[in-house]
Order: sequence, then structure tokens, then C-alpha cells
Amino acid sequence: MTPLFHLSHIRHNYNGRFVLDIDELTIQRGELFAIVGPSGAGKSTLLRMLNFLESASAGIICYKDQPTPSLDLTRQIATVFQHPILLHRTVRENVGYGLRLRDQRNDKQVDEIIARVGLAAFAASAADSLSGGERQRIALARALVLNPEVLLLDEPTANLDPHNVSLIESIIREENEQRGTTILLVTHNVFQAKRLAARVGLMLNGKLIEVETTKNFFENPKDERTRKFVDGEMIY
Amino acid sequence: MLEIISLTLFVSGVALIIATIIGVPLGAVLALRQVMFKKIITLIIYTGMGLPPVVVGLAVYIFLSREGALGWLGWLFTPSAMITAQVIIALPIVIGLTTSAVENVNPELRLQIRSLGATPNQVMWTILSEARAGVVAAIVAAFGGIISEVGAVMLVGGNIEGSTRVLTTAIVLETRKGDFGLALALGGVLLTLTLVTNFFLLRLNKR
Repeated sequence: MTPLFHLSHIRHNYNGRFVLDIDELTIQRGELFAIVGPSGAGKSTLLRMLNFLESASAGIICYKDQPTPSLDLTRQIATVFQHPILLHRTVRENVGYGLRLRDQRNDKQVDEIIARVGLAAFAASAADSLSGGERQRIALARALVLNPEVLLLDEPTANLDPHNVSLIESIIREENEQRGTTILLVTHNVFQAKRLAARVGLMLNGKLIEVETTKNFFENPKDERTRKFVDGEMIY
Repeated sequence: MLEIISLTLFVSGVALIIATIIGVPLGAVLALRQVMFKKIITLIIYTGMGLPPVVVGLAVYIFLSREGALGWLGWLFTPSAMITAQVIIALPIVIGLTTSAVENVNPELRLQIRSLGATPNQVMWTILSEARAGVVAAIVAAFGGIISEVGAVMLVGGNIEGSTRVLTTAIVLETRKGDFGLALALGGVLLTLTLVTNFFLLRLNKR
């Protein structure tokens, strides 16, 4: 595998408080990497930076060796947010939005993706009228339709019912295994990270405490805080 | 009568189109971008929303009069002067209400559409589209403000029959002449015109 992202000496603060402090991190092309940690640990901030939506106060993030990637490069990255905000339009228009931005309207591709996330019956419905789980699937579909090289997922199944969790997890797995999409999954659910990821990192107070293969992370954690987090002993 | 109605629609229609073309993007920029002296600009715009039309008319009159800075244009007592005055009245309304409408769109949406690859201009047009109910309300309010105003068009147009007489100035004239029936009838026409125009403007919101 070759490096896709390389983060070096990243520091970020809001109102004088450090929210991110990462010395080094490399994300390999094609891997499914999960970051776990409690709420407020800095996981979502890290995702925004990897999508170049926000700049770090200090340090460098390189994507494909580019510290300031062009629009063409950043358009290879798509994020699915924990609380997706949809346009006041139909499901089909929401899913096709990113393609229209690129002047690549493709109704067939849009309908295929909508069917893939199980919403074919709602393609012409107003996105506003759908449930939380369905809206989350629209958010996933509008990212997938762009065939991104990198998919950043911010708690994509938080507050969803088991059926939706299972559906979304199977799509994440397919994307990574069949299309080779690099996926960075942020979750506070260690079991989900264990089910899906090849490599897992623990983030606490903006710092990456430990990054290991999933097997080592769960079976032989090096850091005591990782062990406590995995065992559910850490109170946060 | 037909001439008065068509001139009324022409003057207010052109003024509204100009104010919309300038005001909607400016309102969006003010809401979405980092703008220097934003608070002061906002204060000026909000003050402009309450500009007395007669004061606007007076200012335009002074600028367009023979000795005025823009006297060389030769616009005084022409529809061009009336359009100019109405643009000045409509512009702060369009900018102010558009800014407010755009600011009411969930700020998180901007980030999320940027993550899908939107450029800053695409973000702006998408947010404007999401705020279209408020933007249409801004245009409707501006139209209501200019089609019903009399002070500015009377001053800079002069209420010249066949040239600059519009419905509001005709109503004033007929009232002064004591022909209240005709004045009321003209008032009814003005209301009907406003109703029909707003009907079409509101249809924009449904699209």
C-alpha cells in the first residue's frame, strides 16, 4: 500500500484550547481505518481537515503528496457527516447534486446508487419527508455517487436502528473491498470499528493515543488507556 | 390608461430587475463571505431599507438636475430618472432581506456541500437556492415598496402626461382634481397589478 494522506505536526485550537495535536499519521491508499474515541476528542475536526474544509492552526496535511491540493484532487474526497443536512429537494436531486457540481449529470448512475442504499421507492420524494435512517442513507448515496477515492465517515450509523446500521456497514465494506475506496471511519462504537476496520486508532483530547492493526488494538493494546477504552472501563 | 399602466410596469419592472441582479448576489456575499466593515455595511443597508422615497427623489433630482453631477445624462423628468430612484429604494430592501434569508440557512450545509466538491460560487448559488423563499420575499417586498411609492417618481419624473405619468402620480393628480372615482379606480388597478405580479413572483418559490 502507498501513503495517501500524511499528517505532520498538526496542531489546532479553538478559542485558545487545543482540540487537535497529532505528531505523525499516515493513511494508506485502500485501507479502512477507524478512529475511535469519546465525543469531543477531536475526531470530527480531523475529518474536516482531511477533506480540506478547515485548516490546521499549525502543521501540514498532504494528500497525494500535495499540501494544498487542487480542486480536482479534493473532489476525490467525500465526507458523510453525522448529522447530514440535505437540500430541500427530492432524493434524486440530493444524490445527483455532487455530479451536477462537476457538470457530470448521470441519472442512471444516480438511480443505481439510490437503489443500492434501498431508497428506490423514494427517489422522487422530498428528502425532508424521510426518517433519520433514510436521510443518513441519502447522505451516503450522495457521497458514493461521486466514486470518491477517499470516503470520510463521521459516525455514519449513530442513532440508527439495527437494520440501517447493518445496511450501511455492508455498503462501507463493499466500497472498501470491491472498489478499493480508502475509508476513514470515525466512531465512538468500538464494536463497529472491530467489525469493519483493518487498523484502529484511539483519540483522546485531540491526541492519537495508539494506532494499531485491529487485532493488536483489541487483543494486545500497548497503552493502558486503549485497554480501558476497549474494555469499556474508561468513563467519559 | 393603458399607457399609464404599461409605464408603471416598465419603470418598476426594470428597477426591480436591476435591484435583484445587483442586490441578491450582494446580499449573499454579505451573508456568506468575510467582508470588511460588515457591521457598518449592514447598519447602512438596514437604514437604507427605511429610506423615505421623497428623500431619495430629492437626492436623485439634485444629481440629475442640469447643474448636478450627473446632469449631463439628461435623465431628469424621464423614465430613466424614475428607474434610478426606484433602484435606490429597492436595493437596500433586496440586499437586507436576502442577507437575512441566507443567514437563516443552516451554516453546516455550506460545509457539507463543500465536502461534495462545491466551489465558493457553487456554495453561494446553492445556499441562495435553499433560501429562495426568503429571497422571493425580499423581491416581493422591494416590488411593493417601489410600485406604491409616489414621492420619488413625482419629483424626478414630474408626472408628465404621456411621458412620466404612472399610476401613483395619476392617483395624486386625480385626487387633487377632485375626481375621487377615477382615483379609486386607479388605486384598484394598482392593487390588481401588485396582486398579479406577486402571484407570479411567489410561483418562483414553488419551483
